[in-house]
Amino acid sequence: MAEANTILEVTSASCRFDVSAPALSRLFSHEPRRILRAVENVSFSVQRGTTFSIVGESGCGKSTLARMVVGLQRPTQGLLDFKDIKRADGSVGPPRVQMIFQDPYASLNPRWRVGDIIAEPIRELKLRKDESETATRVGDLLEIVGLSRADARRFPHEFSGGQRQRISIARALATEADFLVCDEPTSALDVSVQAQILNLMVRLQKEFGLTYLFISHNLSVVRHMSDQLAIMYLGRFVESGPAEEVFGRPRHPYTRLLLDTIPDVEKPNRERRPMSGEVPSPIAPPPGCAFHPRCVQAVERCRTEAPALRREGELEIACHLA
Amino acid sequence: MNAQPALLSVRDLRIVFDGRRGPLTALDGVSFEIAPGEILGVVGESGAGKSLTGTAVIGLLDPPGRLAGGEIKLSGQRIDNLPAEAMRKLRGRRIGAIFQDPLTSLHPLLTVGEQLIETITTHLPVGKAEARKRALDLLKEVGIPAAETRIDHYPHQFSGGMRQRVVIALALCAEPILIIADEPTTALDVSIQAQITTLLKRLCREHGTAIMLVTHDMGVIAETADRVAVMYAGRVVEIGPVEEVTRRPHHPYTAGLMASIPSVHRRNAELNQIDGSMPRLTAVPAGCAFNPRCGFATDLCRETKPGLPVSGHAAACHFPLREMAHG
Ligand SMILES: Nc1ncnc2c1ncn2[C@@H]1O[C@H](COP(=O)(O)OP(=O)(O)OP(=O)(O)O)[C@@H](O)[C@H]1O
Ligand SMILES: Nc1ncnc2c1ncn2[C@@H]1O[C@H](COP(=O)(O)OP(=O)(O)O)[C@@H](O)[C@H]1O
Ligand code: SF4
Ligand code: SF4
Ligand SMILES: [Mg+2]
Ligand SMILES: [Mg+2]
Repeated sequence: MAEANTILEVTSASCRFDVSAPALSRLFSHEPRRILRAVENVSFSVQRGTTFSIVGESGCGKSTLARMVVGLQRPTQGLLDFKDIKRADGSVGPPRVQMIFQDPYASLNPRWRVGDIIAEPIRELKLRKDESETATRVGDLLEIVGLSRADARRFPHEFSGGQRQRISIARALATEADFLVCDEPTSALDVSVQAQILNLMVRLQKEFGLTYLFISHNLSVVRHMSDQLAIMYLGRFVESGPAEEVFGRPRHPYTRLLLDTIPDVEKPNRERRPMSGEVPSPIAPPPGCAFHPRCVQAVERCRTEAPALRREGELEIACHLA
Repeated sequence: MNAQPALLSVRDLRIVFDGRRGPLTALDGVSFEIAPGEILGVVGESGAGKSLTGTAVIGLLDPPGRLAGGEIKLSGQRIDNLPAEAMRKLRGRRIGAIFQDPLTSLHPLLTVGEQLIETITTHLPVGKAEARKRALDLLKEVGIPAAETRIDHYPHQFSGGMRQRVVIALALCAEPILIIADEPTTALDVSIQAQITTLLKRLCREHGTAIMLVTHDMGVIAETADRVAVMYAGRVVEIGPVEEVTRRPHHPYTAGLMASIPSVHRRNAELNQIDGSMPRLTAVPAGCAFNPRCGFATDLCRETKPGLPVSGHAAACHFPLREMAHG
């Protein structure tokens, strides 16, 4: 499986949270321990210079998986293994990983000038030998992301949402990152601004050979960005594979329903049959296939037996019928 | 659609904020109409003036914002100059409101049944038992499963999508003729979003309620609205039937906006990009507000503000794109 240019290999990673009431009160109320399975037995590999996307509804575990990849959250089981890479400057080592968040405002220190925000990792990691070289680098980075050198003196609140997202991208690039984990990077932005940021991200990927783990709930955005894609439901991958294949011929009933439900500007006033029900709680997921209460194709077997993830060519699908 | 008299008519609406550095014009001559039973989508980037327009219609504009011109008519009667008390009555009775965050519209310490019953008895001449029956019917109508037991639950016991259904039930209590829905699905997942927009469409069809649907999501509008008004920098720049505006936009801004939306049907190498950003209220350019970002701008655009023709599919542009240009 692991190819020559694999940059990240994730093997059976799970993340469970203990959300029980405190032990003492549990003793009196006879409540059982409650375990929330945020991410359950997820395996995938990411190739260098490509975009691997994860889509799914709120609470399905996307951000938890992202936090595991950047090391902000320990997997309770399984392995996340970054492979050594050889960079353009000849150095060899594990990739530098950075995260881009949905809310660019919350992730930028409001009291710091933009120049200092971007310079911080450069100073911290001693990537430039003095202040004047650091300042030059900060100016270059601002231009790379489409801002001007003079913006270094301004504060985050003086920028619009899209510009702030450019600043967080510049800060990530300042670390000479190879691998960016982007958690809903454009979800808070208007479509016209989103287009600017997505175009920027695609350009930077080509220019610097960046690898992206791209998290989104927006299927159109994911189609635009992805090489590989995984659809997540209640902590598990239900379908994954090359993006063009999954979009071209969706196999899993959940993938199909998602594609069927998204509002589509190209088909105004379409009558659609919305998916019924809501995402169940990850604390007590339904038995069998976790999707069965909402699945139009569910049969008896789906209620009792969880479908295993099955490989078909480059695709992986977890469904008894698909 | 145009033959019917307008249920809501907004003419030349101007809203000004009196700031420390002088007045700022936030809405600059907004005009549109909504027919009975029609869904008008209002779309635009954050700060374009969508919410202010809705706020003005329901009479909830707070100082320092003030109406500085224009008129708002509901069923032919002016409502923008009503005394506060009359407006408050009208608001619950004839105009319902749905906002993005359902929790702002729900009282945390009252069961949903208590809230529905109170709203019903305030506006309609019915007793408590009758009101409870009506509340139950409404919960069923908006698709709350097991409504008989859920009616006695508190808002925090509902999921986000279910809460938004309760808010819709509340807005429907007094059988309003117009509902202002401001980003009603923005906080919801796509699958729940689809359930809510389908519900809104059904209510329109079955009760003849008109809806002003405010959202920044063109996809939601395309699927839900009959007509759409596109706003930019406090002005309506294009208005018309949703199919025409999305497929054959006349205004260069709408055209750019439509082209910047990624498609779920194919992968494009690059997305169309409108460079720059919408101006702040302090720096709205003279003439056409879009002129610094427009590839077709001439001196005329920089000097003279283009007007918006009133009927059919119209764009506030000196050089509207012709259908030919779109192939
Ligand atoms: N620290 C934590 N303790 C307990 N539960 C958690 C914790 N972090 C996340 N969870 C739970 O894990 C599940 C997955 O959460 P996660 O944030 O990964 O979802 P998500 O897919 O990113 O959703 P969204 O689209 O809303 O951002 C949720 O049920 C969440 O409530
Ligand atoms: N209380 C206020 N004081 C000053 N400006 C305001 C106030 N409320 C809204 N505005 C301004 O009015 C414009 C339109 O706002 P709004 O209607 O909320 O936009 P939208 O809903 O389209 O995102 C924005 O420029 C906004 O900053
Ligand atoms: S396993 Fe059964 S319930 Fe699950 S997705 Fe497949 S058909 Fe539907
Ligand atoms: S009026 Fe002129 S600047 Fe404005 S959109 Fe039309 S062509 Fe462009
Ligand atoms: Mg998340
Ligand atoms: Mg708004």
